[in-house]
Amino acid sequence: MAKFNMQLEKNPMPSQDPEVRKRNFEEVALGYSEETAVNEAMRCLECKNPKCVSGCPVGINIPGFIKKIKERDYDGAYDVISESSLLPAICGRVCPQESQCEKHCVRGVKGDPVGIGRLERFAADLRMSKNVPVSKPETKNGKKIAVVGSGPAGLSCAGVLAKKGYDVTIFEALHVAGGVLMYGIPQFRLPKEIVQREISNLKELGVDIETNHIIGKTYTIDDLKSDGYDAIFIGSGAGLPRFMNIPGENLMGVYSANEFLTRINLMKAYKDDSHTPVMKGRNVAVVGGGNVAMDAARSAMRLGAENVYIIYRRSEAELPARAEEVEHAKEEGIIFKTLNNPVEILGDENGFVKGVKCIEMELGEPDESGRRRPVAKPGSEHVVDMDCVVMSIGTTPNPLIASTTKGLEVNKRGCIVVDEDTCHTSRDTVYAGGDAVSGAATVILAMGAGKKAAESIDKLLSK
Amino acid sequence: MEKYEIVSKRKLNETVAEMVVYAPMVARHAKPGQFIILRSHDDAERIPLTIADYDREKGTVSIIYQIVGCGTMRLDTLKEGEKLADFAGPLGKPSEVEGIKKVAVVGGGVGCAIAYPVAKELHNLGAEVHMIAGFRSKDIVILEDEMRAASSKFILMSDDGTVGKKGLVTNALKELLDAGEKYDEVIAIGPMPMMKFVCLLTKEYGVKTIVSMNPVMVDGTGMCGGCRLTVGGETKFACVDGPEFDGHLVDFDEAMTRSRMYRDFEAKEKEHECNLLKAKEAE
Repeated sequence: MAKFNMQLEKNPMPSQDPEVRKRNFEEVALGYSEETAVNEAMRCLECKNPKCVSGCPVGINIPGFIKKIKERDYDGAYDVISESSLLPAICGRVCPQESQCEKHCVRGVKGDPVGIGRLERFAADLRMSKNVPVSKPETKNGKKIAVVGSGPAGLSCAGVLAKKGYDVTIFEALHVAGGVLMYGIPQFRLPKEIVQREISNLKELGVDIETNHIIGKTYTIDDLKSDGYDAIFIGSGAGLPRFMNIPGENLMGVYSANEFLTRINLMKAYKDDSHTPVMKGRNVAVVGGGNVAMDAARSAMRLGAENVYIIYRRSEAELPARAEEVEHAKEEGIIFKTLNNPVEILGDENGFVKGVKCIEMELGEPDESGRRRPVAKPGSEHVVDMDCVVMSIGTTPNPLIASTTKGLEVNKRGCIVVDEDTCHTSRDTVYAGGDAVSGAATVILAMGAGKKAAESIDKLLSK
Repeated sequence: MEKYEIVSKRKLNETVAEMVVYAPMVARHAKPGQFIILRSHDDAERIPLTIADYDREKGTVSIIYQIVGCGTMRLDTLKEGEKLADFAGPLGKPSEVEGIKKVAVVGGGVGCAIAYPVAKELHNLGAEVHMIAGFRSKDIVILEDEMRAASSKFILMSDDGTVGKKGLVTNALKELLDAGEKYDEVIAIGPMPMMKFVCLLTKEYGVKTIVSMNPVMVDGTGMCGGCRLTVGGETKFACVDGPEFDGHLVDFDEAMTRSRMYRDFEAKEKEHECNLLKAKEAE
């Protein structure tokens, strides 16, 4: 047997057929079988100086875990990943690998890069199916940590500290832990059972989770300090939706992506027996081009829409969503109306949406983001019939904590200001990370920040 | 006692009840004008309800609800000693009561449950409180003694004249204003059409008016934007910017339209739930 598999193409991911999956909420990607995983692992050339690792925000020893898969030592592979990542089953599914690890893979020079994300998922899923008990810390150090928010930043911070023997309490505003992993990312892309399994592992490690606690309202950061927490980590995310401020945005049938997805994911509005309603549009427009926009569009299709449009003001090349999400959306029949921007939402006599007036755009000179600035084409306005519109043009950090915490510095976009090396805020013993600091970004970056903050907290408290 | 346990429950009229819930974490910072979000059962909808009263020492928060749909019907099936699935808060901004010396508090129907604690707070702070409470009919009057005790002048109105004076709350308020009463503020809490007409009246008289809005919402923390309203030409979120707003700036027509968004769903749900409950009772 040759040492490496020199096949140019990545092994395809077994997936539900697009025509079937576009009408159900089951997971789209089904995962590699053992044989496919080993075959894919053999494509890794075990570089002496692996570039993929430098592309990973948490620095997973990628060739290390892939080598274990080659050796069919899957638990070993999981253990290598676990040294750096707390939520591999989640990251294997939602990381933008094409712009991180896989972007740097040497196999990508000629052919496809190694399917690193798919292999990560394979190792994590296999481990999960075995229900291996978590290894608890031998001794507790008696120090109390409060973690605000149970999204990826908070979960990873809590996990790292709990393993080191801290008493960690997570405060979550909603009635379920998981943050954006529960309310934002849909079931068909990230099954909620996987998120809950990761969370129950944390609980087994001894982490307390207090749901229904809105920090900034129920308790302030200062309350937590006076309640005896030795350090506090804020991972409250970027939960505040942005709207376009165009006429008609308050018509019935216009949602923020947050509301639309929360109704569907957290409140299970897609199920017939759910007590939470959601509008099931026939012609749905999703405004925006990120992952959240793809999630909203594909959810609308699964609710039974006839036509779902992505309305995006730049061209397809600039879409910020993961390549795989765009591809999946297209396979499911989502119509990409790029180089278009809504200027008005039109309503019927009862106050429901009946159409969207769009204007065509063209790309001009590059703007501060380096992307070519979209410019409206005068006279190109036209109306498209719609009965539901989902605004997915980004979110900003929720001001509830900043506005109730004296001396907590935020920048003009409302993001908490931290020391980049330590995640320390302008308040003593208060740390922050994830979208609350960066503005809306990715699960893996939030996880990385949570981990970094946990290490800083440990350094501070072990002095 | 366990958190979210129902300490006591009392019926205020045929469709309105009060629950006192053990939730020390909410009671710790609760203030009049704020609200909570609850879920009665593990699969239930999130329901926002204004805080009717609280006791920091006992760690309890009172809520008053009207049975209008499936969600409140299920809530009402819970008894003393049972637990709610979730109870989160306090949310929203508290009522601004500082500096108010003389105020007219206008409550309509179950809105009196929210108007009353505000009146009580102002009364306790030493303000002169005139309270106008309007109900459709005698048999749905709630909190009469409490409102009377929290005000120096109390006017009870009913649509059909079966109790108090016959007429609308706006008739009573107009009489007071015409009689030369000078209020620092009018606070109106009740059905949206009532608040709208109180605001139209007080605008004529140039009296600042605060209203409490209760739109459809999911999270209550600013995350969904479902509760958005137009106030003074700007979009505001009732959950974090309110729930109280300057009534002269609120676009009531838009808010009333938006409140009908899920009317069909709610009607179907209610019928379904009614049938389920009937079936259970028959067992």
